[in-house]
Amino acid sequence: MNKSLLIAAAAALLSLSSAAQAADRTKVDFWFGLSGDLEKRVQDVCGRFNAAQSDYEVVCTSQGNYDAAIQNTIAAFRAGKQPTIVQVYDVGTATMMLSGAYYPADKLMAENGYKIDWNDYFPGISSYYATSKGEMYSFPFNSSTALLYWNKGAFAKIGKTAAPQTWEEAAADARALKDAGYDCPIAINISANESWQLLEQFSAIHGQPIATRNNGYDGLDAELLFNKTKFVDYIKDLKAWYDAGLVKIKAKEMGQDMVQAFASGECQMIMTSVGDHGTVTRTAKDDLSWDVAPLPVYAGTHRMNSLVGGASLWVLTGKSKDEYKAAAAFLAFIAKPESELFWSTVTGYIPVTNTGFTYMKEQGFYDKTPFKGREAAIASLTASPPSPITRGIRLGGFTQIRAEVGNGLQEIFAGKTDVQTAIDGMVSRGNVILRRFEATYKGKQLP
Amino acid sequence: MEKRATFGSWWIGIAFAVPQVILIFTFFYWPAGEAIYWSLTLQQPWGGGNIWVGLDNFRQILDDPIYWASVLRSVVFAVASTGLAMGGALILAVFVDRECTGSRLYRVVLIWPYGIAAPALGLAFRFLMAPEAGFLAFLNQIAPGLWDPGLNGTDAMIEIIVAFSWKYVGYDFIFFLSALQAIPRAQIEAAALDGAGWLRRLRDIQLPLLTPTVFFLLVIDLTESFQDSFGIVDIMTAGGPARATELMVYKIYFDGFRGFDYSGAAAQSIILMVLIMLLTVLQFRFIERRVHYK
Repeated sequence: MNKSLLIAAAAALLSLSSAAQAADRTKVDFWFGLSGDLEKRVQDVCGRFNAAQSDYEVVCTSQGNYDAAIQNTIAAFRAGKQPTIVQVYDVGTATMMLSGAYYPADKLMAENGYKIDWNDYFPGISSYYATSKGEMYSFPFNSSTALLYWNKGAFAKIGKTAAPQTWEEAAADARALKDAGYDCPIAINISANESWQLLEQFSAIHGQPIATRNNGYDGLDAELLFNKTKFVDYIKDLKAWYDAGLVKIKAKEMGQDMVQAFASGECQMIMTSVGDHGTVTRTAKDDLSWDVAPLPVYAGTHRMNSLVGGASLWVLTGKSKDEYKAAAAFLAFIAKPESELFWSTVTGYIPVTNTGFTYMKEQGFYDKTPFKGREAAIASLTASPPSPITRGIRLGGFTQIRAEVGNGLQEIFAGKTDVQTAIDGMVSRGNVILRRFEATYKGKQLP
Repeated sequence: MEKRATFGSWWIGIAFAVPQVILIFTFFYWPAGEAIYWSLTLQQPWGGGNIWVGLDNFRQILDDPIYWASVLRSVVFAVASTGLAMGGALILAVFVDRECTGSRLYRVVLIWPYGIAAPALGLAFRFLMAPEAGFLAFLNQIAPGLWDPGLNGTDAMIEIIVAFSWKYVGYDFIFFLSALQAIPRAQIEAAALDGAGWLRRLRDIQLPLLTPTVFFLLVIDLTESFQDSFGIVDIMTAGGPARATELMVYKIYFDGFRGFDYSGAAAQSIILMVLIMLLTVLQFRFIERRVHYK
């Protein structure tokens, strides 16, 4: 009886003291949009940070997806209960910059005594999130880019040992694969999400603009113009290849998406994020021999850098000095090369800094089997210094514009509308969205 | 003479009504009023300010032929899914009421679909109806290309109508069954003694006595199909292919919650609200006349 009382008292004391200890630490909230396995990986990062020091504690909460993360943050912000740090996806950058709700990352780090070498970030990544003058308002976090996944085994049957560099080559390979009995040489999907590969990445690596005013960086009055670029010819080719049976559409609505179709060996080429590298590794059928390469370009094109996809971390206004200190410590922790190695190991994302990339190479990361080939993503992102057009895309309402692109592509591939008319439609409806966005922020300037 | 209970002082009645009024005001009139205000402005999502634009939002929406197409589509969806759900529920309820074999089990089981959340339901139906690997894949083996909701708009529409009505079959079933069981057995037995078969009894006795329930379900199902369908659309088709399943409510969800166009979404909500109110008024004016409550 006495003994159990003692134990109870000891336990109570212990919990009291640990509570006191926890109370000493400055707590900050971090909301993010990843779920499933990636949610656990973010929690791992938070756990590592909390274990690495005793002054701060970051409380990480998944909001389910990117849309919900920003939506819930807006609701919380309007009620004055916003988190200190929030993860915002790439296309949300324009909205964030006009929100007036953020504490600029560069200022935050400087004020709290952290020296961040912003030039260390891959220019293709930092320019996507930087202002038109090059200031960094947010921290690049999970980053990826699009790659060509190709089936080495199938290519060997047509006597090829390398991925196609050009679209002309890719078309010839697809025809050869078809003749060799492969039913699905190239798989694509045509929902709003694939605007990323088919329009945005394609335009960047071909140095083609998507909108005027340097893709929107220089002002809210930008207008879409991808109905007058190489993009039109590209979609015409894709449609012709589709009609010839070289390109198949694979979507989850049809039974399997293109990543599954590639991993099962049914389709021989797909274009998707380097983030799917891990998924293919895990789910590929046993004898599948495959690799990744930068996306093809049309012959005679000077290849430019591809665009980054993913999200960056924003710090919000209205927090105390201590909370900003904690936020700065957390962001500095994430930017460490060791953290980048950890993050890239447990996810398919790529390192975002030169130092991180070099460190990972030194550690032999890219020589190990499951990660081998992922350096193609860095090669693609750094194919050229970003030009004013390949810096990124800074357009408002871009989620809705992507939906217009998806709708237009579906019209084209269902054979309802011809390519030029459908793309003109995407552009004119997209421009209506841009004008609405501009009118909403009347009198405001993009930084 | 009719007897009425009255309160001694005028304020007691009001006091009893206040909690209800507060609830309705907080959860209906206030948000609705806010939505009207938003629909007349351009709202910055982060609350940085708003600009009064009068009826511009409405003008922009109503000038758009694609919006009118989505209105028409929503009406088709509402009528088809309500018809399918009520028809299916009525047939099932009649069978359970006739105590066919296993009716006790069905009585419990048939209610379940209503308890399933829309996203889970959409996911299940997406698997079932996938043209390459799903339950319906055999259609394409018989006639290749026959079933393709990924590119064929009509197929996609059929898909969401079936998924949505499947959910409401369970809901309608409860009401039909309880209404059927409230019909005095004596009447049915008398008709049976007179030699009326079950189909005749159904047509001349049960259905006329069911009209209040039919009317109630008609109003509820139509209303729900206008506003409860976005979850299923989002998971199954995301409004595609080429807008074939872009219902009014899905567009509201998409513009507001994904595109952060709060004002445009608010204006669309007001239009939807007016449309539902109009439809309900029409139903009460023209259909309720045929309803016999006693």
